[in-house]
Amino acid sequence: MTIKGKAYIAGIFEHPTRHAPDKSTAQLHAEVAKGAIEDAGLSKDDVDGYFCAGDAPGGAWPMVDYLGLNTQKLRHVDSTETGGCSYIIHLGHAAEAIAAGKCSIALITLAGKPRTGVMPPRAAGAEADFELAYGATTHNAYGMCAMRHMHDYGTTSVQLAWIKVAASHHAQYNPHAMLKDVVTVEDVLNSPMISDPLHRMDCCVVSDGGGALIVTTPEIAKSLKKPQVRLIGHGEAMKGPRGGKDLDLTYSAGVWSGPRAFDEAGITPKDIKYASIYDSFTITVLMQLEDLGFCKKGEGGKFVADGNLISGVGKLPFNTDGGGLCSNHPVNRGGMTKIIEAVRQLRGEAHPKVQVPNCDLAIAHGTGGLLGVRHAASTAILERV
Amino acid sequence: MSEAKKYSAPVTNAETAPFWEAAKQGKFMIKRCTACGEAHYFPRSICPFCYSDKTVWEQSSGEGTIYTYSLMRKSPTGPYAIGYVTLKEGPSLQTNFVDCDLTTLKIGQKVKVVFKPTDGAPLPFFTPV
Repeated sequence: MTIKGKAYIAGIFEHPTRHAPDKSTAQLHAEVAKGAIEDAGLSKDDVDGYFCAGDAPGGAWPMVDYLGLNTQKLRHVDSTETGGCSYIIHLGHAAEAIAAGKCSIALITLAGKPRTGVMPPRAAGAEADFELAYGATTHNAYGMCAMRHMHDYGTTSVQLAWIKVAASHHAQYNPHAMLKDVVTVEDVLNSPMISDPLHRMDCCVVSDGGGALIVTTPEIAKSLKKPQVRLIGHGEAMKGPRGGKDLDLTYSAGVWSGPRAFDEAGITPKDIKYASIYDSFTITVLMQLEDLGFCKKGEGGKFVADGNLISGVGKLPFNTDGGGLCSNHPVNRGGMTKIIEAVRQLRGEAHPKVQVPNCDLAIAHGTGGLLGVRHAASTAILERV
Repeated sequence: MSEAKKYSAPVTNAETAPFWEAAKQGKFMIKRCTACGEAHYFPRSICPFCYSDKTVWEQSSGEGTIYTYSLMRKSPTGPYAIGYVTLKEGPSLQTNFVDCDLTTLKIGQKVKVVFKPTDGAPLPFFTPV
């Protein structure tokens, strides 16, 4: 059994807002749902599968009701919550449901207001008494990974900075990007230290906003007007300290989700023309590139240096919308926008200055949770038909 | 700075209460599985490695080395250093480093456990030897 080629992304929508004091979170979900449904050329009443994660107010049943989905037709619901990569996991689960005949038009939504609203607290796990007091945050959890990666492999702040530099080169062409200025390695190194060894410019932005996808059958996708983009490989995985045995923070669950996706697709990292890689921090990108096999473990620093991730300059154009480092990071969750920019590239709808010529194979990969503590990873391989 | 910081008391539960009772006596406990011999942290009833329920409490030396750390430069309660310690007994665990110059921490540095008070059981932290 495989989901290879059995589901197509027929609709995408990224909310243009980065600051939404005048909107509710549910409203943003509705606006991105409407956008993706219209992008596909479908109607709300066609939707028979709905996917959402922890950002959806109240979970799936209040959202299904609020969105006015056709409950006589809706026959598949999934609220898998794995932080920022939830939506990449949803994409795979939607493909599974479609392949099994459980739904034919799936809607996936993400939206929220970390800048102008209240973020719901994360539920505590069994580890709470043994960890909460130590104040793990995104900054220091990823900082701990970077610190050990530098120790084990000689990775440098200059190499990490190149990731931000590449993102900024792309963001200058995105009118919606929060940070449009091209920055240099020196700019990154001169930005204040937030949590060693990560500087402010090693960190992504905080933004309101959201995004949505429509995933459907090959037959329905072929009947619609948009260029056809299909899922040909998918993987998901989780990693944690697991009782503290053999702790190694220099790799992520991407070492498992990546090969699962590439094996299903029957391709290798060398075949990829464009990469959307979750960039909560620069170290996230560096570790994911290694874990996905774009370079060997420990050689990520060399791989990302000297503009290798800049479209038209380097060998692996990444995050051509400016990514989380420069464009947006809706609800502190980067998975959705990673898929959306990959679909734009495959459709040929990216900004002409960053569009990869003849882009037929792309990867969208993300992590969720805290890389230095417990996290999930998910990988999607997408193909233009 | 760290002395002045107030920490919330652990909630505790039936599975972990012996850890916190021992902490009140200044003892830092880990769990070991008598079936596979592996130690683990934080403590569970069922061994996370072999799924045996034959796990027993063991007093740790409280000594270890810094696996990694990150100095959070700003927070509402001031700077703090989070990290992982690899205990002599094997397991690695998350902690904060306290009672030291936070800017001189090094991976591989030797550290030992120290307890800090709460309104309930004290919490384990680590400080350079």
